[in-house]
Amino acid sequence: MATPNVVDWDAIIRDPRFQSLHRRKSMFLWGLMALSVVYYFLLPIGAAYYQELFKIRVWGVINIGLLFALSEFVVAWAIAVVYSRRASRDFDRMAAEIAAEFSGSRPEGVTVKEGVTV
Amino acid sequence: MKSLTRPCSVAALLAASAIFASPAFAQAGVGENYRWLTFTVFAAVIAVTMYVTYLAAKRVRSASDFYTAGGGVSGLQNGWAIAGDYLSAASFLGIAGLISLYGYDGFMYSVGWLVAYVAVLLLIAEPCRNIGRYTLSDILAYRNDPKKVRIVGALSTITVSTFYLTAQMVGGGVLVKTLIGINYETSVVGVGILMLAYVLFGGMVATTWVQIIKAVLLVTASIIIVILVWAPYGFSLPGFLGDVVADPKVQARVATLLGDPAKTMSAAQLGQRFLEPGLYFKAPIDQISLGMALVFGTAGLPHILMRFFTVRNAVQARKSVVWAMVVIGGFYVLTLFLGFGAARLVGPGNIATVDAGGNMAAPLLAQYIGGGQNSFFGNFMLAFVSAVAFATIVAVVAGLVLASASAMAHDLFVGVIRAGKETTPQGQVQAARVATLIVGAMSIGIGIAAKGQNAAVLVGLAFAVAASANFPCVLLTLHWKRCNTGGIVTGMLIGTIAAVGLTLVSPNLTYPKAVKAAAHKVLDAAPAKRAAASEALASPDAGVSAKAAKDLAALDTAIGKANADLAKWANDDTSFMGLEKPLFELKNPGLISIPLGFLGVILGSLFMRDRRAEDSWNEVYARQNTGLLVSKSVAH
Repeated sequence: MATPNVVDWDAIIRDPRFQSLHRRKSMFLWGLMALSVVYYFLLPIGAAYYQELFKIRVWGVINIGLLFALSEFVVAWAIAVVYSRRASRDFDRMAAEIAAEFSGSRPEGVTVKEGVTV
Repeated sequence: MKSLTRPCSVAALLAASAIFASPAFAQAGVGENYRWLTFTVFAAVIAVTMYVTYLAAKRVRSASDFYTAGGGVSGLQNGWAIAGDYLSAASFLGIAGLISLYGYDGFMYSVGWLVAYVAVLLLIAEPCRNIGRYTLSDILAYRNDPKKVRIVGALSTITVSTFYLTAQMVGGGVLVKTLIGINYETSVVGVGILMLAYVLFGGMVATTWVQIIKAVLLVTASIIIVILVWAPYGFSLPGFLGDVVADPKVQARVATLLGDPAKTMSAAQLGQRFLEPGLYFKAPIDQISLGMALVFGTAGLPHILMRFFTVRNAVQARKSVVWAMVVIGGFYVLTLFLGFGAARLVGPGNIATVDAGGNMAAPLLAQYIGGGQNSFFGNFMLAFVSAVAFATIVAVVAGLVLASASAMAHDLFVGVIRAGKETTPQGQVQAARVATLIVGAMSIGIGIAAKGQNAAVLVGLAFAVAASANFPCVLLTLHWKRCNTGGIVTGMLIGTIAAVGLTLVSPNLTYPKAVKAAAHKVLDAAPAKRAAASEALASPDAGVSAKAAKDLAALDTAIGKANADLAKWANDDTSFMGLEKPLFELKNPGLISIPLGFLGVILGSLFMRDRRAEDSWNEVYARQNTGLLVSKSVAH
């Protein structure tokens, strides 16, 4: 899948703006990922080993376990919202700036050739 | 680990397990007088999707049209299509059923299916869009030996998709048989032909629209039922659940599940127990292993990855996942009401009588809420839900066939067999269609041959292989500089072999010795039970004698089953693999096979160093982050 080598990839990697994008994005992404995995596995672990806690009723017949399971949905959605807002505010703009500058050497209209496996 | 020997937990691999757990369903279909309603609703759904296919067929000219709908799908549309691709009958009927029979544990189980998309969103979707084109192997081939990784990537795609597809075919056949009363083989052939029509003529364009239509129908049906169920409580959550736990049918179910310990509990305590963990999942480690396969496997499902190539760029890929998470998560929140509503209104006992796995919970609830068995609206609701279940199977199968066909045509034929030769756009579309026909015919054949198989094991395997082979390879080729051809090939092989191998020696298979021991136990205990029940039958108390009559009937059924088991396994002492008992105690291999898959990629890459893969790292990394030179498949 080698592409027509019209972009200086090494220069992009060396570019301080790309390095800044890489640093911020990596920390943010892997941080959110770790949070998501840890929070998810707390549910089966809690359901297995902290049943007394899960059984405590807090809202009518609704107990902590049920609220915790519902909160898993809220947390997953919140991660999606937080990430997409951050990405569209920061990462997309930074990526577009870098792309605009480095695609300068590329003749108009050069893309991966349609319909041919290279 | 005592729980592993319980018959109910043997069937408990996935919620899907539930779907296919019982070989014989009692009749639960639409009443004879209302058969025409079923056919009208089915005909309407099929007519709409066929019309869409007809429109789509005109737009399929190039390989990119066929595989990726020309890259012209919007984020919103793709989000709904992903939901349509992902919400299989297992989640639609299986999870609602699990909640209706086991309460809290069923709901807890649904969580993993949504959380899985966090990994897809954060790590996979955007980079894949930026460097891939049609298939999973395109991503792997980017900086590796294209021939080698295309071969292993295609094999893994076909493996995962075939397991998943067989499960859908087997489950779908049983489901359609139950819901509308046509026989298994006919319904498998029907699903197969319909799906082939969509994919063959309309490619990804038609498949996308069929998936969108199906997702919209599914969500609409669920919302209508939930409103009808919840409105009487003024949309109060504690009010609704309070009524569920106060229901004698629910309390009786919990008493049955708990057995002896239930005797010292009050009715209120029994009801409350329905909202507490532990009625279904007995071994926490099993559940964690299953959770790992779900959460990481989704990001390695080829038919889901393929959906990201249908949008214009990474931003749209991100939007697709966010929309998919809204639809999928929202749907699982609705299943909370479907499941508990079915428990309260239809009753767990009645649901389990129709199907031991609980799969008929949602259809029965629809019928009840519409006015019951003999009403027009009740039968209409049942017909509608049946049509949605049918559309679900067809849409999921279409996505799977497209993924397998693309691996066969694009990776193996064009990328390996005809490597280095130019294949014309027409030639590529032709190859894709031929591959679709082959895969479609195979899926019908496998569906018929696999009749009566435990489809749950197959779904579990699909997720386990995706999580153990595909996920480590895709993740590491995108995010680790040293990752190379050696790593991909090793990781794919070790991940697949570990996942399949461990499942083959797991408690999921039938072990005749254990089955026969259980049957002997039933038969040995039978005389004493019969004596006790006969005595109670003579009791002057009408309640006691009625219960005794019921016990006697249940005893007869149990004896019949025990004798049937003994006859069936008379000459067998070992499982399919020649084992007397499982070598490996986990029902899902994820906990072991996922780390092995990662280890395979890492060690393979380190032992077989490849300068080329490291040299092209800058290109891969810059491209996936900037979207430069993103494959523009949109026709110019």
